Amino acid sequence: MGKLTIWIVFAVVLLVLPQIFDSVLSLSIFTQMTIAIVFALSYNMLLGQGGMLSFGHAVYFGLGGFLAVHAMMMIEFETLSFSITLIPLVGGVFGLLAALFIGSFSTHKAGTVFAMISLGIGELVAASSLILVSFFGGEAGVSGDRTYGPPFFGIDFAQDDHVYYLAAAWMFFAVLCMYLFTQTPAGRMANAVRDNPERAEFMGYSARRVRFISFAMAGFFAGIAGGIFAVNYEILTEENLNAATSGRVLLMAYIGGLGFFIGPIVGAVVLTLINSLLSNYTDLWMLYLGILFLLTVMFLPRGLTGLLMMHRVAWQLGRMRLLLLPYTLTAIPGAVFILGMIAMIEMSHAEDAEFVYLGLALAPAGYGSWALLLGVTAVAFFVLRRTLPRLREAWSQANTLPRQPRHEDGHP
Amino acid sequence: MIEVLIFATLNGLVTGLLLFMLASGLTLIFSMMGVLNFAHASFYMLGAYFAYSISLYTGFWPALIIAPLLVGVVGALVERYGLRRVHKSGHVAELVFTFGLAFLIEEAVQFFWGRSTMNYESPALLDFPLFTLFGQNFPAYKAFMIFISVSIFIGLYFVLTRTRIGIIIQAAITHPNPVANLGHNVPFIFMAVFGVGSGLAGLAGVIAGPVLTTFPGMAAVLGSIVFVIVVIGGLGSLAGALVASLLIGLLQSYAIASDVGMQDLLDLLGVSFAADHPLNDIWRLTLPQIAPIMPFLLLVLVLIFRPSGLLGKRES
Repeated sequence: MGKLTIWIVFAVVLLVLPQIFDSVLSLSIFTQMTIAIVFALSYNMLLGQGGMLSFGHAVYFGLGGFLAVHAMMMIEFETLSFSITLIPLVGGVFGLLAALFIGSFSTHKAGTVFAMISLGIGELVAASSLILVSFFGGEAGVSGDRTYGPPFFGIDFAQDDHVYYLAAAWMFFAVLCMYLFTQTPAGRMANAVRDNPERAEFMGYSARRVRFISFAMAGFFAGIAGGIFAVNYEILTEENLNAATSGRVLLMAYIGGLGFFIGPIVGAVVLTLINSLLSNYTDLWMLYLGILFLLTVMFLPRGLTGLLMMHRVAWQLGRMRLLLLPYTLTAIPGAVFILGMIAMIEMSHAEDAEFVYLGLALAPAGYGSWALLLGVTAVAFFVLRRTLPRLREAWSQANTLPRQPRHEDGHP
Repeated sequence: MIEVLIFATLNGLVTGLLLFMLASGLTLIFSMMGVLNFAHASFYMLGAYFAYSISLYTGFWPALIIAPLLVGVVGALVERYGLRRVHKSGHVAELVFTFGLAFLIEEAVQFFWGRSTMNYESPALLDFPLFTLFGQNFPAYKAFMIFISVSIFIGLYFVLTRTRIGIIIQAAITHPNPVANLGHNVPFIFMAVFGVGSGLAGLAGVIAGPVLTTFPGMAAVLGSIVFVIVVIGGLGSLAGALVASLLIGLLQSYAIASDVGMQDLLDLLGVSFAADHPLNDIWRLTLPQIAPIMPFLLLVLVLIFRPSGLLGKRES
């Protein structure tokens, strides 16, 4: 499958998705996804491609968003007159300006110094936004209205699906630009500086300038994401530029997988789904998210995309069949174990006398339900451990090159 | 004026020394592993919550001993089964791991204790004013906090520089391989230092809980400030951490107690702005208003002009 085909499929999926899932909830989730994807990809320009760990990336998202809302207000009061479809660009330009200013002194060094400056700037901007009330609106934030200004081919963006298509179009454009950036000399040099700044300098490149370019571009695309956010929600508050938002984008990029261009997209989609669907079922979804994040860092350093990419060798050797049965055998007790753990966590927080879980009526007050769950979970755990050696064996079999000679005594 | 100054100094001292209890453990862990532990303030929060729950059964004093020990054990387990595993994937992964841990601990605390503020109070034994100056009371509990912090500093300094254990720890930090060749269990030393550092943070939580209120956001409130201190003081420098802690504590305390602002500066310069000037938010700033952002401003300035920190030797 050629690269062009992938982009066409991507565009078609974006167009068709709201036709298949056309409820209000799914539309709002799709729009959230587009924002998250642009934001997470822009973050990956720093951490994944440039090796700069930032704890304050929400600053550019938020500043872009705030300026976009102010631009929307100016359109409303007819100080300015341009189409609302250009609002994300306003966000992008101001994200870029903020990044140009801050990047001019923060990109001297990568590593801990950069991480600490980003943390300091993030806290500084978040705290200042509460002080400078006339621009940031204090605790309440600032809000605008997207339905003013000259209509775009007769569309006034009063309906949610119009907003989705606008957001999706901007997202497609931003993702394409960010992908093309990775192919430019500046994008390739960003990787070089990440891996070995000293060597890049010996080749005649200023590591600092390369980092500065990546940083400015990341700020620009974060600002676009903020602008799309402004169009969609029509309000921005301090929450959109504080440390929690900076942390969430790190979570998305990391869980998705930093080493791959598509990784942050996967992370943004998965986390938006968790965020909007899981929160309907349980109050404890943040706890699960934290556990998922920690497990990812510990066991999948290359993220969910890395997990998929691990199967490339087996796939190319045509040996996925070998893995099918062991995977199923591991997945069944694994699922039972996870569901059992979740049941116990949820039951300990259930307030009613009866607690219905997956169609099973449990009684949090009695010992019976606890004993049942503990028993099932423990059995699942031991079965899971028994299936692992078989999985490991199948894995090494599926990933061994066919022509490699096998020695009886175990020495290669 | 003078009474404001004296009380601001005393309060700044209390805050600064409290911050130092956190910063000392953090900087020790940093010089050992080369990683800033984002979850350090979470151990401080765990200390306060553990102490609250224990004090319900035993009262404050046994909790003062048991809670930090428990937090230390939790810290050692985190190092043994979490950080050591992530170490293979590099420094960024370690930093991200501690970041996730801080997130998880906050959620776990809300899971076990709920979202509301705990009714964790200082012991009745210390519930009296130590002295009264210009009609204002100085609570004995604050003096107790100063006493604990200072004894920790002296104890830590003594152990690290005057005992055999301290010498081995210092050697393990700078030359892990030769120390291992001499027969010392270096991974165990790392785990123990991480445990002791976390325990110190826990102890800070136990004594700070009653004063600064015990609630799920308490780690986030102090977490980034402790980071700032360790960086300003110079990564890995214990003395730098002490200087920076006192500096930040006093700076914030003076700023809050003062009543000057931009208006005074403008009056001094003879400048005035119209009542509807667009930048009025800036012209009307007061020092107490910007007190919370001062540490971060200081951090950014220090990192730009002296990235190795006030007393630090290494850069990153």
